[in-house]
Amino acid sequence: MLFPDLIRLTTSSFLAYRMRSFLTGLGIAIGITAVILLTSIGEGLHQFVLAEFSQFGTNITTVQPGKTQMQGGNVGIFGSSRPLSLNDAEALRHLPYVESVNPGLMGNSDMRANGKTRRATVFGEGRDFAKTFSMKVQSGSFWTDEDNEQARAQVVLGAKIRQELFAGQNPLGSYLRIAGQRYRVIGVMEAKGQILGMDMDDAVFIPAARAMELFNRPGLMEINVSYRASTDLAAVTRVITERLTERHGREDFTLISQEQALEVLSSVLDVITFAVGALGGISLLVGGVGILTIMTMAVTERTAEIGLLRALGAREKQVLVLFLGEAILLSALGGLAGLALGIAIAQGLHWLFPALPVHTPWLFAVLAEISAVSIGLIAGVVPALRAARLNPVEALHAE
Amino acid sequence: MIQLERVSRSFQVGDQQVTALRDINLAIAAGDYVSIMGPSGSGKSTLLNLIGLLDRPSSGIYRLDGGNVTDLDDQQQAKVRSEKIGFVFQSFHLVPRLSAAMNIELPLILAGIPPAERKTRVTALLENYSLTDRADHRPDQLSGGQRQRVAIARATSMHPAVLLADEPTGNLDQATGKEVINLLELLVEQKVALIVVTHDPAVGGRAKRQLHMVDGKITSETGQAK
Repeated sequence: MLFPDLIRLTTSSFLAYRMRSFLTGLGIAIGITAVILLTSIGEGLHQFVLAEFSQFGTNITTVQPGKTQMQGGNVGIFGSSRPLSLNDAEALRHLPYVESVNPGLMGNSDMRANGKTRRATVFGEGRDFAKTFSMKVQSGSFWTDEDNEQARAQVVLGAKIRQELFAGQNPLGSYLRIAGQRYRVIGVMEAKGQILGMDMDDAVFIPAARAMELFNRPGLMEINVSYRASTDLAAVTRVITERLTERHGREDFTLISQEQALEVLSSVLDVITFAVGALGGISLLVGGVGILTIMTMAVTERTAEIGLLRALGAREKQVLVLFLGEAILLSALGGLAGLALGIAIAQGLHWLFPALPVHTPWLFAVLAEISAVSIGLIAGVVPALRAARLNPVEALHAE
Repeated sequence: MIQLERVSRSFQVGDQQVTALRDINLAIAAGDYVSIMGPSGSGKSTLLNLIGLLDRPSSGIYRLDGGNVTDLDDQQQAKVRSEKIGFVFQSFHLVPRLSAAMNIELPLILAGIPPAERKTRVTALLENYSLTDRADHRPDQLSGGQRQRVAIARATSMHPAVLLADEPTGNLDQATGKEVINLLELLVEQKVALIVVTHDPAVGGRAKRQLHMVDGKITSETGQAK
């Protein structure tokens, strides 16, 4: 039997029972719709979260004080480890692979300008802050002095602080009082929006030394090191660890790379996507049961026809292929309808609720269609085998 | 061409052994016109199924065209059926959802004949059996006589050596039945061995060789063998 004839024959029975075929295909279609919809949302979420985490760039590794043990987390505050100092940060600056280094800490403080007061986040940073985190300064610039204890009282404003305290005027050169101290405004950041719930615009940026003094902290919260994109992370980690161990006498700090963190996060999100996909898969199984039912009925109804085919010279295998073909046709068409429906609903949801991220990778669509066809194949095997093994004489006389 | 030597066929029904055919010896040559008559349960359908390779003898030897076909497996049986044997049934056995033309084409499709040749053969068959204007009709749009003509066209589409007809006129009125018998008899002239199983003495009586069966045995043969 030639392949186009197989298609022609299976299509003929598909068309002969239109309503039934439609309903059976619908079962699979609903299953695939559920799988596609859920995985699209899962994958959209995945990409959304990763984008949130990686917008500062992925080639960043962070040094934190204290050695993280297997349990119990960071003991930097209570432990005997030495705090990270500005000099530590300076020492990393000249290591190979390193592009820029930023010492950092943060806190909260009130601030006054033009008779208005506001409480906002104060970031103590280094001169390369914008460069390290790929952030943009809208006007003015960061300070260029070395990151040391003698840092001058200069401030770069977040976009929202600029709006709130310096509305309608050019803030450059004006003064902002932070916790009573006068800071000269030398730059304004571009609006960045919220990042994981933290408003980067409702903040100001001052030199790290100033912030340590302001918040009365003995050391930095972290040192962020950005390295060249082509570099192997392990090499970067090694040189940083060696340099700091040399300075501190032992390894009393922890390196957390953005790359590793993102990998872990990504694999967690993958599991979530897979899990919601599997939930949708349950309805796909129900669709498979529908195919099993309809094919079992078809074999019973068409017993005489099976006998006839055998009498006309059909081999057992040809009968098997014909019935399997019908099951696969049903599931493949149902699957395609489900794909279209699932993607349409996902996009519709995105259109209605733009905040809801959706994304349907081609791979998912292909995998979904493959699983639909596989389900049809599995559901069709038992009825098709039954059809193929019918005794031709008995089958012919079934009416 | 067909040679049965001491062929028996028995079935297990519950815990009872039922013998449908006992020690049948039969030889049929190309162009023979044979009718098999007998009461229900005499084994005539079983004999027809055996000759048509839809069944296997329990004992004995069946030779077709000189080759032993007694113990072929499913695939070999199917091949012989496809190439050498045509069936015509009492209830026509047309596939209801396929057009007359496609019903005729079915054995050619199963045999994997290329589409161009199939088209030529089907067109010729439709012409021969005066079905050209019914080619696209489905079986339920055809009369009984037309349906049986489609069935005969289908049975002959692979140019079989043997044509087996099981009560071919059983579902037809007398006039149409006669017309169908005439068509079948035309095939005998083309050296097809025609074997007709029937209750109807009027139909069976037309055959050159008339076999009578009772209780799984051929009790008498009338007419003259070729």
